[in-house]
Amino acid sequence: MLEFVVRRVLYSIVTLFILSATIFLVVRFTGDPVALMAEASARPEDLDRIRQQWGLDRSWPVQYLTFMQNAFKGELGKSFNYRLPVSELYFQRLPNSLTLGLVATLISLLIGVPAGIISAVKVNSWWDNVAKGVALLGLSIPGFWLGLVLILVFSVWLRWLPTSGAGDWRHVVMPALALGWYFAASMLRLTRSSMLEVLGSEYIKLARLKGLPDVVVIAMHAFKNALIPVFTLAGVNMVVMVNAAVIIEVIFAWPGIGRLLYEGIFQRDFPLVQGVVIMAGFMIVAINLVVDILYAFIDPRIRLTR
Amino acid sequence: MATIPANTRLASERAAAGRLRLVIKAVREAPQAAVVILGGLMLVAIFADLIAPHDPTLPVQGAKVFDPPFWMEGGRAMTLLGTDFQGRDILSRLIHGARVSLIVGLMGTLVAGSIGTAMGILAGYVGGWVDQIIMRVTDAWLALPAIVFAIFLAAMVGPSMWNIIVILGAVYWTRYARVIRGEVLTLREREFVKLAEIAGASKLRVIKRHILPNVMNTATVLASLTVGVVIIAEASLSFLGVGVPPPQPAWGLMLSEARSTLMAGQWWLTVFPGLCILLVVLATQLFGDWLRVRLDPQLRNL
Amino acid sequence: MNVGGPDMAPHTPQRSSRPGEAAARLGPVLEVSDLQTHFFSFGGSRVVKAVDRVSFTLHEGETLGLVGESGSGKTTTCLSIVGLLPRAARIVGGSVVFEGEDLTRKSQRELRRIRGRRIAVILQDPMVSLNPLFTIFRQVAEPAFFHQHLRGRSLRERVQHLLRVVRIPSPEWRMREYPHQMSGGMRQRIVGAIALAGGPSLVIADEPTTNLDVTIQAQYLDLLKDIQRETGVALIFVTHNLGIVAKMCDKVAVMYAGKLIERAPVRELFDDPKHPYTRALLGAVPKLGSKEPLYSIAGQPPNLANLPAGCSFHPRCPEALPRCVSEEPGDFHLGDGSVARCWLVEGKNEAGAHRGRARS
Repeated sequence: MLEFVVRRVLYSIVTLFILSATIFLVVRFTGDPVALMAEASARPEDLDRIRQQWGLDRSWPVQYLTFMQNAFKGELGKSFNYRLPVSELYFQRLPNSLTLGLVATLISLLIGVPAGIISAVKVNSWWDNVAKGVALLGLSIPGFWLGLVLILVFSVWLRWLPTSGAGDWRHVVMPALALGWYFAASMLRLTRSSMLEVLGSEYIKLARLKGLPDVVVIAMHAFKNALIPVFTLAGVNMVVMVNAAVIIEVIFAWPGIGRLLYEGIFQRDFPLVQGVVIMAGFMIVAINLVVDILYAFIDPRIRLTR
Repeated sequence: MATIPANTRLASERAAAGRLRLVIKAVREAPQAAVVILGGLMLVAIFADLIAPHDPTLPVQGAKVFDPPFWMEGGRAMTLLGTDFQGRDILSRLIHGARVSLIVGLMGTLVAGSIGTAMGILAGYVGGWVDQIIMRVTDAWLALPAIVFAIFLAAMVGPSMWNIIVILGAVYWTRYARVIRGEVLTLREREFVKLAEIAGASKLRVIKRHILPNVMNTATVLASLTVGVVIIAEASLSFLGVGVPPPQPAWGLMLSEARSTLMAGQWWLTVFPGLCILLVVLATQLFGDWLRVRLDPQLRNL
Repeated sequence: MNVGGPDMAPHTPQRSSRPGEAAARLGPVLEVSDLQTHFFSFGGSRVVKAVDRVSFTLHEGETLGLVGESGSGKTTTCLSIVGLLPRAARIVGGSVVFEGEDLTRKSQRELRRIRGRRIAVILQDPMVSLNPLFTIFRQVAEPAFFHQHLRGRSLRERVQHLLRVVRIPSPEWRMREYPHQMSGGMRQRIVGAIALAGGPSLVIADEPTTNLDVTIQAQYLDLLKDIQRETGVALIFVTHNLGIVAKMCDKVAVMYAGKLIERAPVRELFDDPKHPYTRALLGAVPKLGSKEPLYSIAGQPPNLANLPAGCSFHPRCPEALPRCVSEEPGDFHLGDGSVARCWLVEGKNEAGAHRGRARS
């Protein structure tokens, strides 16, 4: 068990190392950030001064090492534009993204899990076909377009909900729905297949052979087993949604980390972009690590098969 | 017909009837709606110059800005689906946008599929430290949400259609690599591969003759399911302004341009490009699902 | 002619006086007659006769061995008895009379009250037949909870008693554990306890020892026999292991391609198998220490979706007659209590009135 945890942690560190190196190299390979940042009329001496100021005159390995050292201390550099530490900007925006991600996760669960269960229990029925259609649409409707259509319907035509910004619950409904839509479909698919797998298992057969009522078989024996992978995925999805909501946050002017990334891109603020992207990678690697270890604790069979 | 004999039928027919007939047959059995949409769209994309009533990048002579579709008050037959903020014809832009979407969708998938399949075979068949390196890189790149990674790369590299193709290829190859590697690991243990190795075939030859043909089904299924994802990713990048640059007619770009006037209620600017994306992606999904059942029933959970 | 006798099987059948012999006069616990279960696929356009006119009877305290290759319809026969068939399958004919009631005429609701209480089933693989997320207590208690409405202390005592019956050490502790904390042999005994929980008069054991190793297997079989001796429960033992049949069973029924091709008291079957398929099966029993190659039956197992005309076994039968190709044999009742569905036995020592006729 300990060996498994240690190995898994080591893998995560290697993953983060490769990820940070990739981001670092991409930023430096794709052109001189200083030249992009500065005015076109800037003189070479000015550029040199800026380079020196940001430590860009040193060799790449040195830059990378400094960068990593600082990252370990929780410092992700200083934003060009805001003249503030990236971490400060990041953690200022993070709560908003967490709120959005949480609500979107709840929406995806509320749509996906009941629909998935119904379609598994009544497999190949009318219900099942409707659910399959919803799952297909979930993958085919771009979330950001859904967001635009929601604005059109609920803000422009019906005037029920505000179009943008953060505030009370009415601000979060549309972005969360637009964000959670795709994930609702994946929840539905997973719930359905997981439920079908459990319903076909021998222990469900034995439960039926015991003469238990169908309600007990489905609601108690099958439900619990089928939902373990579903809730695990929901947890991972939530972290992904917190980090991947860039377009939704832009459309709804939601002040989260996705919008921070977007601002960074348009202001050519590469320490900011680099920092936000690395934090996203870090969060997702961390949640995957946690999920794997938790799983190993919950389910001893996993320990044996790895 | 049952799905199990499909493979054997496929193999015997390939020898007897040749590929063309197989393709025709496959198209006939495929979901009709998906084939019609995809086929129609390809024709539209190829002959966009002939079909489109106006130049997609220039204002239509005699039309105003924000003309509504023809059935609404103020709409005209000249610009069937209305005009945008520069007075350009929406329909013509949609038609030319199909070309951008399909080129990026297909080429991006091709790039991702080629890199991913090659890396997957390399990792699975060669094994050892090659496998370790490729799989660690795959893990690392998969840790970022695809769209964040793509936005990051696009922002750094700069907007152009061909850049987007390469970027999306670079983002999505990792998924292929994982699946293909798994497939190769089981293939490697199969008898015909062992026999070829014992007979002294070189690694390259084993890969060419035995591994590659056997992972092609999986790669094709993955590709068919990736096209839609890549199309949405391109639209997202263009929407954010880091994808296909204006004045090119890309659906994502059209949505982005429509956003500023969304509050004014000019819904046609937003609804039509989105419907186009929805239709294409839906069609590729349907087609991909069908292909998966037909070629590779084991890939159910992808 | 005598391909496999009792001396060739690993165990000789040993029969003492069984409670079943006395109780036999009270009428059978289970009487299956002409049972037909079909699978319908492709909207009913394709029909697979998974169970085709199967008949047998079972008395209190008796054990019937149901033998055959995989896919011969053994499991479907069992599931038909308890009325828990897959969606595509349906009983289309015959009857299953259990303690005087025809189960094929009962609703699922009525069947539910019989399942787990009066008829229990032990499934094949103990590693997967327990719910991994529930304690042993809960899983053993369920039948008593739902059928006998036991609660609280009496339920706990009942579970402990059941676990003691299946020889689980320190049941008061063990019942709080989860399945993964137990060995395969122990889990199968838990499954046995679940089967006994409702106090059944019939237990169907579907290859209950295939996934256990040999010593555990022997222990488990001894346990089942002891329980049967004490409770007088009737047992259907599905297996492909003829050694187990010889050790455990009073009668044997051999299935091939959905049909019961031979049934006989166990001694008669081993001494004088009537059907060529039974003879081939007996020949296939590996002998301990024998250097002879394993005799296996030539040809492919039958495809139920596409059975040959006439006797289903004729393509593989070394003794097939011309009429076997076209005419399907019916049951021939023979003097020594065996029944065989084979043209070869026609007229041989037949028990007068029951002349077999193939029904189409």
